[in-house]
Amino acid sequence: MASTINAKTTGTGGIEYTGDASGNVAIQSDGTTVLNATASGVEVTGTLQNNNVQVATQNVLGVRNLIINGDMRIAQRGTSQTGLVSGNNFLIDRWLFNLDTTGTWTYEQDTTDVPTGQGFVSSLKLSCTTANASITGTKWMNLQHRFEAQFLQHLKWGTASAESLTLTFWVKSNKTGTYTLSIYKSEGTAYGISKEYTIDTADTWEKKTISIDAHTIDVIANDNGDGMRIYWVLDSGPDRKSSTLQTSWGVYDSTAFISPSQATLADSTSNYLNITGVQLEVGDTATPFEHRPYDMELQRCQRYYHQGMYAFMSSSATTLIYNLQFPVTMRTTPTETHRYPETGGVTNDVYNIATAATPTFVPDGSFADINGIKFAYDFDAGLTADDGYQTYFTFDAEL
Amino acid sequence: MIETVKNMKDANGTLTGYLINGTMSVPLDESNTDYQAVQEWVAEGNTPADE
Repeated sequence: MASTINAKTTGTGGIEYTGDASGNVAIQSDGTTVLNATASGVEVTGTLQNNNVQVATQNVLGVRNLIINGDMRIAQRGTSQTGLVSGNNFLIDRWLFNLDTTGTWTYEQDTTDVPTGQGFVSSLKLSCTTANASITGTKWMNLQHRFEAQFLQHLKWGTASAESLTLTFWVKSNKTGTYTLSIYKSEGTAYGISKEYTIDTADTWEKKTISIDAHTIDVIANDNGDGMRIYWVLDSGPDRKSSTLQTSWGVYDSTAFISPSQATLADSTSNYLNITGVQLEVGDTATPFEHRPYDMELQRCQRYYHQGMYAFMSSSATTLIYNLQFPVTMRTTPTETHRYPETGGVTNDVYNIATAATPTFVPDGSFADINGIKFAYDFDAGLTADDGYQTYFTFDAEL
Repeated sequence: MIETVKNMKDANGTLTGYLINGTMSVPLDESNTDYQAVQEWVAEGNTPADE
């Protein structure tokens, strides 16, 4: 219901008014509403223009999603890892699967199972291949996204003006029940806050929205370090969920980080979980997922990891001369690995383009910085001077 | 999981980084998480081997 102001084009034209007691008003052009004003704000239903230029209605708030690769499209390392039993495992860029004595798992990019009608083309899938229904002590399993500290300064955390956050994601699992979503502020004194959400219906995509309180206690350092982490908890031993869940910001308590009602995703080889469309934004309002261009998202991922085949020259039996500029400036000087050939290659091998020899070459640690690589020594290398070589590099500067 | 760590040195014998598990060339950069892992490994009482 609304009062209306209608600019007529029929007859002699003019303005036509109707009134009601709704407190709302609709502006119409020849009976078609183009703008509604209500107590909660203004909605433009027609085209919105500024000086005859149409204003964008997609991504109108700019790059607002703090998550990188929230739609799971970028997977530089590959599309599947099997037999995972421990440690930090990256596959889909920026998404870390951490587990410790919680069964055996497959981590993959799923390009067939996505929420219908949302524009997503991939999701992250975790599948249990060996179960552990009796996880002990502090052992646990989680999916993480880590945020570089200097990209969080606009949250103004540690001040009275600190911003709250809203997290949205799509999730699907056969295992219904209560799950824990935890935020961990990493640098300096560790702080934590945890929230519960539920997966209500088995084997069905569900959209979840979680509000995260502003953190007024401690600042986030303005550097390239580990500023904040989000944990999607998947299963845990009893020692991480023995206290009442810490649902307000406080000094990190490892016994109160996970809900006592946490679902046990590791208890059956039938269990799986898919997730995609993850968006974290400033404020208390969840907006539609920000579909960023593939190349833009790839470059954001390459700040933390990239790989590729590169060629270079030897200047002696022990020295290689590179001239390689990274695609983007990396977060920090990366850890390097290389192998030849790319698929099924031998670690540390380089390939002599002229002779097809594949000597081992282990560069010293100073050959790279955040922008690229230049030259490297290996006293044990069996290179041929002035020959061309190539190998397949990985550069890792993940948080 | 760190199993072995070797010191990596330049032509002057100056430490330039670490080689983890024979495959990962790790710079002397405190922001690098593999470097941080080596420091934790050393703090546990382990010692990198010389080349």
